[in-house]
Amino acid sequence: MADVVLEVKDLKTYLFLASGVVKAVDGVSFGIERGKTLGIVGESGSGKSMTASSIMRLLPKKIGKVVEGEINFNGKDVLTFNSKELLEFRGKDVVLISQDPMTSLDPVFKVGAQMVEMIRAHQDISVEEAKALSIESLKKVGIPNPESRMNSYPYELSGGMCQRVIIAMAITAQPKLVIADEPTTALDVTVQAQVLNLLKEMQQNLDTSIMLITHNLGIVWEMCDDVMVMYAGKTVEYTSAKELYSEALHPYTWGLLESIPKLSHESKSELTTIPGTPPDLRLTGEACNFHNRCPYAIPICSEKVPELLEIKEGHFVACHRQTKESTLARGEEFGDV
Amino acid sequence: MSKKPILKVEKLNKTFKLRKSKLMEEQKILHALSDVSLEIFEGETMGIIGESGCGKSTFGRCLVRLHDATSGKILFDGAEINEKKGAELKALRRDIQMIFQDPYSSLNPRKTAGNIIEEPLIVHGIGDTKARKEKVKSLMKEVGLNDQHIHRYPHEFSGGQRQRINVARALALNPKIIVCDEPVSALDVSVQAQVLNLLNSIQRQYNLTMVFISHDLSVIKHVSDRIAIMYLGRIVEICRAEEIYKNPKHPYTQLLLSAIPPETPFEKTKKIELKGEIPSPVGEQVGCPFASRCKHVMDKCRVEIPELIETGDNHRVACFLY
Repeated sequence: MADVVLEVKDLKTYLFLASGVVKAVDGVSFGIERGKTLGIVGESGSGKSMTASSIMRLLPKKIGKVVEGEINFNGKDVLTFNSKELLEFRGKDVVLISQDPMTSLDPVFKVGAQMVEMIRAHQDISVEEAKALSIESLKKVGIPNPESRMNSYPYELSGGMCQRVIIAMAITAQPKLVIADEPTTALDVTVQAQVLNLLKEMQQNLDTSIMLITHNLGIVWEMCDDVMVMYAGKTVEYTSAKELYSEALHPYTWGLLESIPKLSHESKSELTTIPGTPPDLRLTGEACNFHNRCPYAIPICSEKVPELLEIKEGHFVACHRQTKESTLARGEEFGDV
Repeated sequence: MSKKPILKVEKLNKTFKLRKSKLMEEQKILHALSDVSLEIFEGETMGIIGESGCGKSTFGRCLVRLHDATSGKILFDGAEINEKKGAELKALRRDIQMIFQDPYSSLNPRKTAGNIIEEPLIVHGIGDTKARKEKVKSLMKEVGLNDQHIHRYPHEFSGGQRQRINVARALALNPKIIVCDEPVSALDVSVQAQVLNLLNSIQRQYNLTMVFISHDLSVIKHVSDRIAIMYLGRIVEICRAEEIYKNPKHPYTQLLLSAIPPETPFEKTKKIELKGEIPSPVGEQVGCPFASRCKHVMDKCRVEIPELIETGDNHRVACFLY
């Protein structure tokens, strides 16, 4: 891979709780190239957001810990950063856009003050210059009369507006990587379309890489070059978006793809579901996490953890049924699934 | 399907008075619902879709009398529900049940699943203790819960299972209508599919009429026979579910459809450029609510409010283009 901005190798982040050790992230590997978008999909509790927190070094204090693996950002090991290096890294090199735009802004400060503070933390410029820069970037994200909006408090803005303010802040930082954790989940579809467009524009102008965490596959198809599917803390499949859509290999991915209601479907048709529920993350690590929900499971699945293997060029999958020598097709063994 | 309207809504209005921020300030009024009229037929699912703040939840709540409408009529089996009181109202509540959005806050955390499902039966004085217990068990099985879990508390269930408890509670009184207010929006896709399948199958089994409120077009399409699109407290389009994707007529519907992310990575959807914000529902409402963002806007749109007009094949649109 050429010019990899972020590389994560076999990351394991555990949460040490009184009730046991939760393997929130238990073996995740991926890379993001410059100017590309990686989508991370999975159900709630699959470790998507924990992966993002691990990269940002924002794990809950004392409880959360990266126990294994590497996180390389532009060739530097993020896990060894001291507090000064972390300040550079967070907010300048990497920007996090979180799910709830209302809570990521401080409710007691004006939008403008927060933007100016952010800019001056990373750039050596005067307050006036920072203000001018903020207004300019608010204009870029399409906020009407940005001068007066600088004096608004976050509660005076709608959810879509808040998310735009956050993207405007991200633009002023000119980051190399944007981690967007469900950036549009709290927003309406029309606003979602606007926000996604802004992210795309920003990517084109600044050649930024985006790590987009979502549970909406539609957004993946629209935005992402590559996709990683996570299940119970593990990467189960990692390939390009187009390949995933047309030639997914992991049974969980098949289930995921089939369970989405589609506009092109006949209305009132039966949806295919994945039976059962995800495993307790305190008890995983002995077998394939999906084995008890998987219709294709064979004895080895409940005995050994499958490794993430490159089955085809650029297509990684962690499943005992999928090897270079013999692959399983969707619906095989069932005839018509 | 029988073409008998079970629920008829005529010119329903709901306004909320806003709290004054200054003494002597003029009273501000928020128009949550304006002139909403529609008919819901027996055994069908009516999908209501719109963005946040468009009044879809207020509409659902008016149907079950959690809100009292400001003006207008809601006729259930020919009788006006807004005038019902006491015993009549209680009987009505038996016939119209609701499933709420958040499976976490809609279940009492200090009651067991069994108690929760049993409660409506107790309130309405149905059966004795033993008969009720049997009923609860059969309901739990019906919605796909293990009846061994009858003594468990809500926190011991997952989100999808909790929503099943909600469904069981709503079914307990054998209602005629169930109003579902965003029942799957808090669930993951694989669980969402399970709950949608469940709702579809209980509807078929009991010939239930459902009002399904959601902001997710593909979910709505999946469960509904007909769909009503709401914008700023008004219905702007009603038609059959298929029709809306094949032949959306109102400019707002077209915009909404174009905003949905694609279904495959190979198609690139052509987005309709969206300008401006949703106008405020507070104060006097003049002209078409969509006029400020519509690309087909005419002078007439800014002064007059369009009525819902039949454009053939039970497809009604509120737009001056038709």
